[in-house]
Amino acid sequence: MKAINTMKLEIESRSVNESFARVAVAAFVSQLDPTIEELGDIKTAVSEAVTNSIVHGYKEMKGKIYITVFIYENAQIRIKIRDKGCGIENIEEAMQPLFTTMGGERAGLGFAVMQSFTDRVKVISTVGKGTTVTLEKKINGRF
Amino acid sequence: MVFDYSDNVLTAFIDGEIDHHTATAIREAIDERILKDKPCVLRLDYGGVTFMDSSGIGLIMGRYKLITSCSGKIEVTNIPRNMAKVVKLSGVEKLGRITIKEN
Ligand SMILES: Nc1ncnc2c1ncn2[C@@H]1O[C@H](COP(=O)(O)OP(=O)(O)OP(=O)(O)O)[C@@H](O)[C@H]1O
Ligand SMILES: [Mg+2]
Repeated sequence: MKAINTMKLEIESRSVNESFARVAVAAFVSQLDPTIEELGDIKTAVSEAVTNSIVHGYKEMKGKIYITVFIYENAQIRIKIRDKGCGIENIEEAMQPLFTTMGGERAGLGFAVMQSFTDRVKVISTVGKGTTVTLEKKINGRF
Repeated sequence: MVFDYSDNVLTAFIDGEIDHHTATAIREAIDERILKDKPCVLRLDYGGVTFMDSSGIGLIMGRYKLITSCSGKIEVTNIPRNMAKVVKLSGVEKLGRITIKEN
């Protein structure tokens, strides 16, 4: 399927960019006239994926995060969030609700939130190479 | 952050966005007050929260651990309706009195 519009963003893995990333994606998706709730869902899911790249992928060290948003016919969107961090050893286990490799302040809910706030979550990861999370969602909008 | 401490209840009024970036300062401010006041109840007032992801849940779970270790209880009040979804999904409702804002 060919995208009818795309947007690419490259950010440094600094936690201050978490809000920038989710707002930038939401601003791009706004052309589809999403509801406030749909926009909130997208912001939350993007925030989870970007935070994971910063916290787990790069372990708070310097790196780049690459975000691409594709808009398709029928207001279907796809958001890719990629890092060149440490990668995930066992993806299935990582996606279990409440699973976290970093107790304390982390709830282990990031993937569960992404899954419940979008229509589809795909994760591709290679240890030592990095992780790509793809989020898909259909925007039904206000009409 | 604004705090109120009366009748052994410490209320922290949290406003703005809760994500991994902002959570650090919020957590430090609350923990400092918990250790100083040693309240019986810690009440997190989420009424002014405009955005939260799972870091907003991590904040509740982390404070639950701390307040429980001081023999206190946790409450979370005034969670805005549009943020109820994350809260429901997390199951934190088991940890204490967690209430969504009426409107
Ligand atoms: N980009 C990534 N790179 C490396 N590991 C990752 C990445 N994303 C997730 N993980 C791994 O998957 C686990 C689960 O992620 P998830 O977002 O569900 O929970 P969490 O980040 O630990 O906690 P929370 O999101 O609630 O703060 C993480 O603890 C981490 O081990
Ligand atoms: Mg996470």
